[in-house]
Amino acid sequence: MTRKQKRMSVILAGLAFLGAAAGLTFYALGQKASYFYMPADLATASVPPGQRIRLGGLVEKGTIMRGQGATVAFSVTDKQKSVKVTYTGILPDLFREEQGVITEGAFGPDGVFVADSVLAKHDERYMPKEVADGLKAKGVWQESTN
Amino acid sequence: MVETGHFALVLAFALSLVQMMVPLVGARTGNQRLMAVGGPVTVTGFALTALSFAALASAYAGSDFSVASVWENSHSLQPMIYKITGTWGNHEGSMLLWVLILTFFGALVAVFGNNLPATLKANVLAVQGMIGAAFFLFILATSNPFIRLNPAPIEGRDLNPILQDLGLAIHPPMLYLGYVGFSICFSFSVAALIEGRIDASWARWVRPWTLVAWMFLTGGIAMGSYWAYYELGWGGFWFWDPVENASFMPWLAGTALLHSAIVMEKRSALKIWTLLLAILTFSLSLLGTFLVRSGVLTSVHAFATDPARGVFILCILTLFIGGSLTLFALRASRLTAGGLFHPISREGALVLNNLFLTTATATVLVGTLYPLALEALTGGKISVGAPFFDLTFGPLMLPLLAIVPFGPLLAWKRGDAIAASQRLIAAFALAIAAMLVTGLFINGASVFAALGVGLAVWLVGGALTDLAVKSGFGSVAPAVMLRRFAGLPRSVFGTALAHLGLGLTLLGIVGTLCFGTEKILSMRPGETVELSGHTLRFEGLSPQKGPNFTEDRGRFLLLGADGNADGAINSAKRFYPVRQTVTTESGIRTIGLSQLYLSLGDENNDGSVVVRLWWKPLVTLIWGGGLVMMAGAAMSLLDRRLRVGAPAKGRTPAAALADPT
Repeated sequence: MTRKQKRMSVILAGLAFLGAAAGLTFYALGQKASYFYMPADLATASVPPGQRIRLGGLVEKGTIMRGQGATVAFSVTDKQKSVKVTYTGILPDLFREEQGVITEGAFGPDGVFVADSVLAKHDERYMPKEVADGLKAKGVWQESTN
Repeated sequence: MVETGHFALVLAFALSLVQMMVPLVGARTGNQRLMAVGGPVTVTGFALTALSFAALASAYAGSDFSVASVWENSHSLQPMIYKITGTWGNHEGSMLLWVLILTFFGALVAVFGNNLPATLKANVLAVQGMIGAAFFLFILATSNPFIRLNPAPIEGRDLNPILQDLGLAIHPPMLYLGYVGFSICFSFSVAALIEGRIDASWARWVRPWTLVAWMFLTGGIAMGSYWAYYELGWGGFWFWDPVENASFMPWLAGTALLHSAIVMEKRSALKIWTLLLAILTFSLSLLGTFLVRSGVLTSVHAFATDPARGVFILCILTLFIGGSLTLFALRASRLTAGGLFHPISREGALVLNNLFLTTATATVLVGTLYPLALEALTGGKISVGAPFFDLTFGPLMLPLLAIVPFGPLLAWKRGDAIAASQRLIAAFALAIAAMLVTGLFINGASVFAALGVGLAVWLVGGALTDLAVKSGFGSVAPAVMLRRFAGLPRSVFGTALAHLGLGLTLLGIVGTLCFGTEKILSMRPGETVELSGHTLRFEGLSPQKGPNFTEDRGRFLLLGADGNADGAINSAKRFYPVRQTVTTESGIRTIGLSQLYLSLGDENNDGSVVVRLWWKPLVTLIWGGGLVMMAGAAMSLLDRRLRVGAPAKGRTPAAALADPT
């Protein structure tokens, strides 16, 4: 093979790789990325049961119910709407009432959001960024002076 | 002392300005004296940065709360070790550590680079000076760790409790040694572009630096993964979190660089590509610094968000990546291309490796940046997690891992694929056997699990085959073979160890993901639970007091087959009053290569406690494999031919002088 042919074949192989990877990437971004919603967004966006989403907001006061075993039920609110969530497992250390959380999972057929992961911020000083931005956009939360 | 540190930092910044200009001008005009300025200035800059860092560390150690950064991140009751590690457990201090390591590497080049051509050395130091100047300015302008508070508070606000761990002592310095180590490869590349030529000493120098950086980055990532595993109490070792990806991308690109540098050193081919890869690798390190330090991502690493910092780092990023790539575009055509090779050859295999690795890096890059870009453009918020990477990164890694054993067995220039395959027959048979055994005899094994185990065995077998073939196994007498084995170049052992480590890590991942079991339940004291053949009895919670925390410690007894206690596992909920923060201390017991992992949840009203229990088969191999990879890199570094900076002439007179005594 001449130098030119060799270079062409390497470039072609590289392009084929990139093409395959790009195809996979676009497919995966369409299928496997989960979108973030706040409870009030769900009224306008129709999210079918079973589709994975991330749901964020504040843990509504007085709604945390520790039921049988390791299952916990609570409501996530953005002060306009609230959504019932159930979760089986260990809640993060910073999970508490009025605290910003992000839950990930899907709606069950009964309209209850079944979360398989619940994230709270690692540090008490901050709120999950998505939740803070969302609440700010809805005008229900201002940046505290702290 | 604090003011001394502050002053030293300002001086170091000033010196970095000298370092970036004077040697560069000297190299351009051929002025020896200007070029010679680079060395001493670099070493002095390092000494000043070290002094500055020591000043900050002593402020932390002495709990001097009149310093804002100490007040925000330390407490007088903290154990001394965490007071000291707290120095880099915050944004300002960690940036100071970053430049300390940068200037340290610069000083190494200055001290050991006497065998480099003078202009190359001058240019390398100048480029290092530019990076240094940018980051010194960043620290002084937006993240000054030496700012004082008046009046001084009496007590500090404590270090973030999850950072109060030995992992923090090791993870950031190691990771930075890796990240920043690639700056040397970057500087060498930019220097070569400035000069418009790549000579032999360039190739000889870049590979050991890549090895050093890669070794520490591997260790840093493995350490970070283990730290997250035991400290966060979620039982996972990798979350595809953007911050993890930020360190993983330079690792992938660095791995590609490591391999292409071999081709360049041995065959002086792929020069331009290696140069580009070196630039890209450090660019990804800078991108990682940006992602982690700018606050665009929410994570444990984003200590505080200040928009000015993000914009500043973004400017540095644009300047260096844009500048170096522009220079590349202008100058690359001047560089001469190297030797020819057949597609089936060692070079060909290494090119294939590079294709896979860079494409994989690109998919991780897209997965990491796409959500940020989407949010900036449309405001839509998405999260890209494990399912995305399983689908994109996974398919790229599988074929790469499958071809790894062939690479070292192919000859340079023109290899014989059939001969290589014949030599790998034993490893292949072993892999198939492992696959069949896994698939047929282990309950609940999926096709993926069997494939994964087979692939891991194939990698390990391939690495061993490589060593066996090269020491003449089966063709020479055992004694000769042993002698040959001992006489193999260290870099051959390095390659084999690194590939072996990769196989072990893969085995650990497959074992944990495919055969791990998990239980979540609420337990009362005295109750027992059984998981994958291990029985645990909950003994109850007891309150304990630590230096700066209180905890509820749950005690679990591991029961042997005879019903007797076989050791205890403790897991605790810790409360740090200063920050009003609760953390979970997971309880881990290592059994062979596997681990029983236990994490305590909340206490229910009826006195029972939620407990999450994992059985993680072979999980220690994930990090053990990382250590083996590091050992491989260290072994390669010890190779006679590329001992770091071993000057051909410099050392000999010194040794001769020392001899007569």
